[in-house]
Amino acid sequence: MAQIIGGYFTSHVPGIGGAIVRGDQDTPYWKPFFDGFPPIREWLAEAKPDVAVVFSNDHGLNFFLDKMPTFAVGAAATYDNADEGWGLPVYKSFTGHPALSWHLIDALVRDEFDITTCQQMLVDHAVSIPFELAWPGAESWPIKLIPIAINTVQYPLPSPKRCLALGRAVNRALQSWGGTERILVCGTGGLSHQLDGPRAGFMNPEYDMFCLDNLAADPEALTGHSAEQVAELAGTQGVEILNWIAARGALGDLPLTQISRNYHIPISNTAAASLLLEAA
Amino acid sequence: MTPDPCYADESAAIRRTIPLFDGHRAARGYALNAMCFSFNDAANRAAFRADEDAYCARFALTEQQRKAVADRDVLAMLEAGGNVYYLAKLAGILGLGVQDLGALQTGMSLDAFKAMLTAWAEKIPNGKHA
Repeated sequence: MAQIIGGYFTSHVPGIGGAIVRGDQDTPYWKPFFDGFPPIREWLAEAKPDVAVVFSNDHGLNFFLDKMPTFAVGAAATYDNADEGWGLPVYKSFTGHPALSWHLIDALVRDEFDITTCQQMLVDHAVSIPFELAWPGAESWPIKLIPIAINTVQYPLPSPKRCLALGRAVNRALQSWGGTERILVCGTGGLSHQLDGPRAGFMNPEYDMFCLDNLAADPEALTGHSAEQVAELAGTQGVEILNWIAARGALGDLPLTQISRNYHIPISNTAAASLLLEAA
Repeated sequence: MTPDPCYADESAAIRRTIPLFDGHRAARGYALNAMCFSFNDAANRAAFRADEDAYCARFALTEQQRKAVADRDVLAMLEAGGNVYYLAKLAGILGLGVQDLGALQTGMSLDAFKAMLTAWAEKIPNGKHA
């Protein structure tokens, strides 16, 4: 039977990609952030997941405002990264898992989540950077990918409550999959940051701590706010916490052990964090 | 279930005050964001650099959007319906990073903006790193 082995959460700031290209990991500015990853890499090397279900948000690479799905599930055999327009390297392609994707899609729609399905889907730095951080220097990614994109760009956004429910539906779908895969769940983005407007540069360490303190043991605590209230609390791009909340839901009700947690200010304009939860 | 009108009003109020990129802004900013989305392609970035007027005309930018781009006025681009996820691609062409954008939007010097970012660390509860 397939097994959900844990959840890996991290910020996905594009600047991290630049730091990796330049080899800046040990500089005073970047080291406190990169220090969060050795324990995550060691755990992954030991736990050997086969497939990652990754909740993230597109940044105008795959989706434009002509068609903006609230929730989109990848069903492709491969996923490519591409030029995002601001100088990041084009990252390695990912191998998909179409059979498990279609199982997820079937189960989610039966569970009344009216998702968009994508047989072609570019994935951007929100997927590539977490993989680069987890498996630095890998010639090819050691695990398959199922990307789930959540709209964090154009309001109305799905509420935290709805994202947690989506994640829980993904968990039920994974539980009913007949394969033997070891499944890693990922949530990327955040934490608090705001890039646009007169409030640019805003962060909220207190709200970030609230999220980090409650995500594992009491995820409902994060669902008491509307998406708009999250933007007010976490900044306009801090709403990427929705990806973390959905990923937490996908871990289900198994007891979770915190293997690693790191929080650092600032990385670029962002309060950055990484977190690893092992499912018992 | 009937939606709670207070809840809806509060959400709407937050959308206006922050402001957040909702349907009204997405409709208003469509042409500008479409142009910025095209900058995922290096050939389009080169075409913009080669002839900015002609490139903007191709996307039928509104007068307000064209002026905001010509003036390199980020707040005006946002007011004209620009979304930062797409505008970031234009910023890349102009050689501006997110901290340059932050400085431009807040009226701070780049150094002052960076210092403000760093100062948030002092607000971490109990000064804890993790």
